[in-house]
Amino acid sequence: MSEIERSLRSVPAPEGAVEEAVTRLVDRVEGEVDVAFAEAESPFGPLLVAVTARGLARLAYPDETPDQVLQQLAGRVSPRILRSARRTDQVRRELDQYFDGERRRFEIPVDWALTGGFVRKVLRATARIPYGDVHTYGQVAARAGSARAYRAAGNALGSNPIPIVVPCHRVIQSNGRLGGYTGGVRRKEFLLELEGALD
Amino acid sequence: MTSRRTPPGRSTHVGLPPFQRFLEEHSDAVYRFAVASVGPGEADDVFQETFLSALRAYPRLRPASNLRSWVMTIAHRKALDVHRSRRRRPEPVDEIPEGPARPEDDGDPGVWRRVRNLPPRQREAVVLRFVGDLPYHDVARTMGTSEVAARQNVRLAVRRLREEIR
Repeated sequence: MSEIERSLRSVPAPEGAVEEAVTRLVDRVEGEVDVAFAEAESPFGPLLVAVTARGLARLAYPDETPDQVLQQLAGRVSPRILRSARRTDQVRRELDQYFDGERRRFEIPVDWALTGGFVRKVLRATARIPYGDVHTYGQVAARAGSARAYRAAGNALGSNPIPIVVPCHRVIQSNGRLGGYTGGVRRKEFLLELEGALD
Repeated sequence: MTSRRTPPGRSTHVGLPPFQRFLEEHSDAVYRFAVASVGPGEADDVFQETFLSALRAYPRLRPASNLRSWVMTIAHRKALDVHRSRRRRPEPVDEIPEGPARPEDDGDPGVWRRVRNLPPRQREAVVLRFVGDLPYHDVARTMGTSEVAARQNVRLAVRRLREEIR
C-alpha cells in the first residue's frame, strides 16, 4: 500500500464529530422514522420497546437480542427504524409507574401490526382484562370467538409481541395453576403479585 | 411492493437491516468520506444530507443491495453539490495560512486540502476508492464511467498527490 493510499484510508474524522453528527441527524429525522425504539428499565432487566405512529408495537424481554427484535420489525413493519428517547418517552414513563405500583392502566395505544387473525382476537380480549384480575385460557378463547380453542389461545398468548402492556400474564389455567409464560413463570408470578392478584 | 423479490409463502429471506444498524455501520466511513471530499468545515452538511436522503429512500431499496456502495453513491452526489455551490460563490480564504504539509503523518488531516486541488474526476475517483473503500467496479458505476477510466483517474490522482508531497 502506498503512503498516499494509507494516508487517504486513514483520513480522520475530528474527535467526537461522528457521534455529534449522528445526534444531530437523529434530532432532525425523528419524526420521519416509522419505528422508534429504546430500552426501558424493569425489574427483569432492560426491556426493548418499539413504537410506531399508531402506538406500541413491540416490547421484548432481555432474553431476546435487540438484533433479532429489530430485524423482525424491519421485515414486518418497516426497516426505517431508529433509536429515539423522545418518541419512546411515554411508554418508558408508564412502565416505570407501573413497576412502582402507581399505574393500573396503560394509556399508550397499541399497534397490533405484528399480530393477525385469531392471535389478534385473543390478544385484544386479553387487553381488556383489568388490573388485579385473572381470566382462564377458556374464557379468553370464548371472548375471542371460539370457546373450544383454549389451546390455540394459549399459543396465541405465548406469541404476544407486547407482554406486560397486553397483559397475557393475567391469563391462567382453570385449575388455578399459573400456566406458562414468556421467559418463565416466575415473571408471571412477579407481575400478578405486583398487581395484588395472588393471595 | 417492497418484497417483490420475496418468493411466496413463508420464506426466511433476510431483509434490509434496521436503519439504526445501517447508520451505525456506515456513519464513520461516510463522515471520513465527507471530510476527504469537501473538508472538515462542510463534512457535517454532506453527512446530514446523505443520511437524510438514505432514510427517505430506504424502504424502497432492494434487500440484496450493497449498502456500502449505495450510501457512498449518495454521499458522492452530496459532495458534488457542495463543490458545485462553491463554484457559484467566491472561495473563502482559509483562515490560517498553511505551512508545508506533514507527509509523514499517518492520517494527515491536511490530506483533504491536497485532494481538493485535484482535477474533479481524479478527486472523486481517489476518494471513492480509498476513503469510501469501494471496489473499482463500484467507483466506476458511481461516477458513471468505465472501470478502466476509474482506475486511470485513481492512478493519476495518486501520482499527482505523491509529486505534491515531495
